[in-house]
Amino acid sequence: MKPAPFDYARPTNVAEACQILAEAGGGATVIAGGQTLMPLLNLRMSQPFILVDINGIADLKGVSRIDGGTRVGPATRQAEALRDSTLAQHLPALVTALGHVGHYQTRNRGTVGGSVSLGEPAAEMPAAAVALGASIEITSAQGTRMVKAEDFYIGPYMTVLEPEDLVTGIVYPDWPDGHVVLFREVAQRTGDFALVGMVGALVLEGGKVARAGIAWFGMGPTPIKARQAEAALIGKALAEIDPDAVAALAVADTAPFDDHHASAEYRRTVGKRIFARTLREALDLRSAA
Amino acid sequence: MSEHKIDLTVNGHRHSATVEARTSLGEFLREGLGYTGTHLACEHGVCGACTVRVDGVAMRSCLMLAVQANGSEITTVEGLAKPDGTLHRVQQALKDNFGLQCGFCTPGVAITLATVLEDNPSATTEEMETAMSGHICRCTGYQGIRRAIRQLAGEAA
Repeated sequence: MKPAPFDYARPTNVAEACQILAEAGGGATVIAGGQTLMPLLNLRMSQPFILVDINGIADLKGVSRIDGGTRVGPATRQAEALRDSTLAQHLPALVTALGHVGHYQTRNRGTVGGSVSLGEPAAEMPAAAVALGASIEITSAQGTRMVKAEDFYIGPYMTVLEPEDLVTGIVYPDWPDGHVVLFREVAQRTGDFALVGMVGALVLEGGKVARAGIAWFGMGPTPIKARQAEAALIGKALAEIDPDAVAALAVADTAPFDDHHASAEYRRTVGKRIFARTLREALDLRSAA
Repeated sequence: MSEHKIDLTVNGHRHSATVEARTSLGEFLREGLGYTGTHLACEHGVCGACTVRVDGVAMRSCLMLAVQANGSEITTVEGLAKPDGTLHRVQQALKDNFGLQCGFCTPGVAITLATVLEDNPSATTEEMETAMSGHICRCTGYQGIRRAIRQLAGEAA
């Protein structure tokens, strides 16, 4: 056995889970798919007194349509979300991103909510939540609150979640049928964390960009919304868009690190290229060159 | 520290046991039940050697607790061949194509390929190769594994 000893609870409803979390006074950790937590337990980087397994809570699983959006239960397996017809219809960008989360075997156990809650800066799910304008539903013994994804992430693996909080839903607003999906990432191997990646959606109306939501992953301490690029795109006719100029604005919003996988300069250079190329391909623009 | 009574089925055999909460499924299968065909290597979800099938789905047995498998049906590599010893077609293809060298990663590889083919008997070479991203073979016997995959996909190996 590698992990330090812990107690284990498997509540069957949200209220029970929240009560255990409240009573643990910060000593509890929630486990959903465990695809990140189990390594941390095995390495003893995480040593909770009690593990609260939310896999037995039926309310936290599945995809449902709500007024103006789609709600994803946090304990929904990534593989199930990847095959879900509601998500395929309403949130194709999320589904595209899901195909790049981990490997076949880890998607079979890993959950959408687990990836969203962890806040790994190079992961696809947090960036997709930020790009698409999702809100995170957080429940504790004190009640339920909604936090916008762009306000949810505060640093690498750091979110606004308090120890007694449980993510009970991820709510994605509707993007109209036929919207343009943007996605590209560069990773050293299939299934690895991205060195650089971007995800988003564009709505075109009458030949102009009416709405844009784009975010980076692997380009700073959190997923980063490409605000300047979004602003530059909105209201523009397709012919007026200069993908390289928009990509330069998008990179200007980032704060990448040097690490042993790649330098910050590499990330900026590659980020600019993949952003421009993705935009060009998605909008079927011809290269300015 | 808590202990929990669990009941589960492994390769068609029912088992009951009491496990400490922190015991991984992979460790329980090996040490608790003697299914040592499941190999634990990295124990942090990177290598794929410990992959087993849980309720029809391939996953890492090092990234799941034994207590979480309560009530589940597990298939390990020991459950792939027929009781008379006839190899599963994935095992046969790996054998035919030298798709293993030391064999340490092979149980996980076999479970993944068998599960992909169970879900979709006409899985393509590309689909099987994509699923193989979740496995590391440190002998780098990948070309043999790829030949086995091409055979399984009905292509000339």
